[in-house]
Amino acid sequence: MATKIKKGILYLALILLAVACLLPFLLMLINATRSGHDIMTSVTLIPGSSLASNWKTVTGFFNIFKGFGNSLMVAVPATLLTAYFSAMTAYGLAVYKFKGRNVVFAIILVFMMIPAQLGLIGFYDLVSFLKLVNSYIPLIVPAIAAPGTVFFLKQYLESILSPALLEAARMDGASELYIFHKIALPIMSPGIATMSIGAFIANWNSYLTPMIILTKKEKFTLPVLISTLNSSTDIVSNQGAVYLAVAISVIPIIIVFCFCSKYIISSISAGGVKE
Amino acid sequence: MAGKSQTTMTVQKKRKNINNAGYFFVLPFIIVFLIFNVYPVLRTLYLSFMNYKGFGTPNFIGIENYARVFQDKFFWKALWNTIKIWIVNIVVQLGLAFLLTMVFSDMKYKMKGIGVFRALYYLPNLIAATSVAFLFKTLLDWQYGSFNQILMSMGIIEKGAQINWLGDPNLAPIVVALIGGWMWFGNSFIVLMAGVQGINKDYFEAASIDGAGRWKTFAKITVPLLKPILIYVSITSLIGGLQMFDIPYLINGKYAAGNPGGSLQTVVMYLYKYGFAAGTTKQVGYASAIAYSLFFIILVVSLLQFKIANGKEK
Repeated sequence: MATKIKKGILYLALILLAVACLLPFLLMLINATRSGHDIMTSVTLIPGSSLASNWKTVTGFFNIFKGFGNSLMVAVPATLLTAYFSAMTAYGLAVYKFKGRNVVFAIILVFMMIPAQLGLIGFYDLVSFLKLVNSYIPLIVPAIAAPGTVFFLKQYLESILSPALLEAARMDGASELYIFHKIALPIMSPGIATMSIGAFIANWNSYLTPMIILTKKEKFTLPVLISTLNSSTDIVSNQGAVYLAVAISVIPIIIVFCFCSKYIISSISAGGVKE
Repeated sequence: MAGKSQTTMTVQKKRKNINNAGYFFVLPFIIVFLIFNVYPVLRTLYLSFMNYKGFGTPNFIGIENYARVFQDKFFWKALWNTIKIWIVNIVVQLGLAFLLTMVFSDMKYKMKGIGVFRALYYLPNLIAATSVAFLFKTLLDWQYGSFNQILMSMGIIEKGAQINWLGDPNLAPIVVALIGGWMWFGNSFIVLMAGVQGINKDYFEAASIDGAGRWKTFAKITVPLLKPILIYVSITSLIGGLQMFDIPYLINGKYAAGNPGGSLQTVVMYLYKYGFAAGTTKQVGYASAIAYSLFFIILVVSLLQFKIANGKEK
C-alpha cells in the first residue's frame, strides 16, 4: 500500500513536470487568440476572439510565410546533402583501408569537439571574400561536411554491414559506387533517417550563422525573421501578435515531432552511447 | 606453387585498387571540410594576431589582441556571466535528468509511460531558441506578463509588487539559466536513460539480493557505470553552454548590450559585438582573439572535467 501511495506521488510529480513543459506553449496558443488588452489584464485558458486582428498585425509587419519558404529552401537541401555525403564518407571510411584513413578520422573527431563559434569570423570573412553574403550557398553547401553525422554513421555501418555481402556483389562485377548505392545505402537508411531528422531540426532552428550571412529581410529564414519582432512597436505593444508570430514559427516543428518523436528520441539515445 | 603465389599477388593488387576507391568516397567531404571548416578556423587564428577592421589589409601586431583580452574587464565579466548561467543551468538540467532516470529505472516501482513522458519532456528542446526567447520574454513581462498574473491570482505576490524577472540584473541570469534547464533536461534524461538501459540487469538484481537500497544502488552501480555517458553529457553541455547566444541576446530586447546591467552579456555576444555588430568600427582581429580565448578556456575546463571524472576511480 505504501508503495502504491509513493507511486501515486511520483506520477503526480511526473505529470506536473510535463505540465511545466507544455504550459508555456499552451499559454502561447491561447494568448495568440486574445487581444493585447485582454492578455495584459487577465490569464485564462479560454481562447479569445482576436485571432484575426492579431493575424493582421503580424502579416502587416512581416511576411512570415516567406520566412517559412526561405527556411525550407535552406533546411531541405542542407539536410539532403548532410544525409547523402555523410553516408558516402562513412562508407568510405568504414569499408576501404586506404592510406590516410586514420588521419581523416582523427581530424573528424577533433572537429567534433571544437566549438562551432571558433571559426565564425573566418567563415564570414571567407563568405564575404567569395561575395556570397545574402546567398544561401554558405548556409547549404557546408552541410556536405558534417563530422558528427559521419562519425555516427561510420559506427553504425561497422555494426551492421557484413563484408561478405560486399565481396559477393564484387564477384558479380558490381562497381564500387553501385554497391554503395544499391547495397549500403538501403542498409544504412534507418541510421540516415535518424540523423537527418536531427540535422533538419538543427538547420531549421539555426540563428547565429544565418543572421550574420543574411542582411536582406526578404532573404531571412524564420528564426532571423522572428528575431526582428523586437524592432516593431506595433507588435511589441500587442502581445497577442507576438504570441501568434511565435506560435506560427513553433507549430510546424510540433507537427513534425508528433509524427517522428520515436526517431528523434532514438537519435539522441544513439548519440549518447558512443563507444 | 608459383601459380598460387601469383594469384595471391593479383588478389592483393586488386584489393589495393579497391581500397583506393575509398579516396573517391571521402573526397567531397574533405574538400568541403577544408574550405568551410578547417580554413575558417585557421583564418580566425591568423586574424587574431592582426589589427583588422574587416576591410583593407590586416596588420600583424603579435599577441597584442590577446594581451588586450586578458586585461579587458568586460571580457572577464562576460565570461563570468556565461559560466554563472551555465552552472545554474547544468545543475537544474542534470539534476532533473538524474531524478527522472532514477524514477524510471527503479526495479521496484516499474513506472509506466516512459515513452509519453520522455516525448513531453523533450518537446521544449525542439523549438528554436529564438522562439523560446520571445515566448518567455512575453510570458515573463514585468507588468503584463502571464506569469506574474498567475502568481497574483494565486495570491503569491501582491499587485504592484510584480517580480521583474528579466529586468533585475541578479535575477535575469538565473531566469535565463532556468529556461536553459527547462529546454535541455529532457535531452539529458534521454541520453542518461539510454545509458541505464545499456547496463546489464544482473548488476541491479545482484544489488537488490544483497539488500542494497535505492540510493546506494544508484550511487554505487548506476553512476559509476554511466560515467562515460556523464562525461559526454557534461562536456557537450559545457561546449554548448559557453557558446550561449540566442536567448540572452534576444530576451531583453536590448541585443548586444546584455542588459539588465550587462548581466546577460555572454562571451559569444561580446565576440559578436566586436566582430559583426559594430559596423564600420568593427575590430575583427580583436573578436578573433576573443574566439580563441574562449576556445582555450573551454579546452582547459573540458580537460579538467575529464581528469576529475577519471581521477575519482583511483
